[in-house]
Amino acid sequence: MDFASSERAGAQPKEITSAKIVVAGGFGVGKTTLVGAVSEIEPLTTEAVMTSAGQGIDDASKVPGKETTTVAMDFGRITMAEDLILYLFGTPGQTRFWFMWDELIRGAVGAAVLVDTRRISDAFAPLDYFENRHLPYIVALNCFDGAPRYEPEEVREALAISPQVPLVMCDARQRDSVKQVLVSVVEHAMRTLVAEQGRGYPAPVG
Amino acid sequence: MGQPHDPRGNLVRPYAVTRGRTEPRREIPIEAVLVASQAAVQEARFAGHDKYRIAVLCEPKAQSLAEIAAYSRLPLGAARVLVADMVADGMLALHSAAPKEGFTERMDLLERVLSGLRKL
Repeated sequence: MDFASSERAGAQPKEITSAKIVVAGGFGVGKTTLVGAVSEIEPLTTEAVMTSAGQGIDDASKVPGKETTTVAMDFGRITMAEDLILYLFGTPGQTRFWFMWDELIRGAVGAAVLVDTRRISDAFAPLDYFENRHLPYIVALNCFDGAPRYEPEEVREALAISPQVPLVMCDARQRDSVKQVLVSVVEHAMRTLVAEQGRGYPAPVG
Repeated sequence: MGQPHDPRGNLVRPYAVTRGRTEPRREIPIEAVLVASQAAVQEARFAGHDKYRIAVLCEPKAQSLAEIAAYSRLPLGAARVLVADMVADGMLALHSAAPKEGFTERMDLLERVLSGLRKL
């Protein structure tokens, strides 16, 4: 905390904390729809520009010469209290942009991987990504109208989702349904934190 | 605050606004929020068009780096360079992103987020 600058900028009464939840999934799976269903603002788009000279590109051969690549991320906002704001970030859909996912998940509360039951194989890549990251995540099956319905356990088996990962059904257009997805993410993050604590990760002070 | 235009198509010379600088003076998480006081907005009048717009945006309510980039139609990296400058110069107050350490601190935050979601 930079006290000098906050005093100068300062009429704000207290420190504001912001948290984020990441919404991942394949291209066109409904991430922005989900964000828009609960956000207090129309989902916004922020863009990152990568050049071939930039760092963090997962595979430089995909950005030949001096071309630049623009990666778009949609996000929304929920102001929960004067001093608490939750942001929801949708990941870029294409797998070649995974370097951007690393920035998005840093410091996140948790993530939901959205799965379209009509194109279930699109979920393999995002699920692989989270399996290898230290971030609590859940899987949310987006049930579009007329989409093939599967039993959650069939989907779990088809996608080889481990038993510890919660799996929920949702409708990304419905506010209450999306709210339940986000509640599941946070509850899972709490269980994960408690389990880590039990395994002897850094202990709390006091 | 009006609805921003689609920022795509505004990315020619993305770092022109930072005079080519691509490294921010400090790391700022994408979700960290920033606030400008009225005095800071006055000061920012003399700091150039982009910084002034950012200060005006952050005066009525706290805005994240992601929102600043989106509303200013700047790429994230360029917005981060400008915002980091403004924090260093006292024009913006940087507030904290979620705690990454400490069981109690992290659990308290999760509980507050959970209760906020349930109230939606």
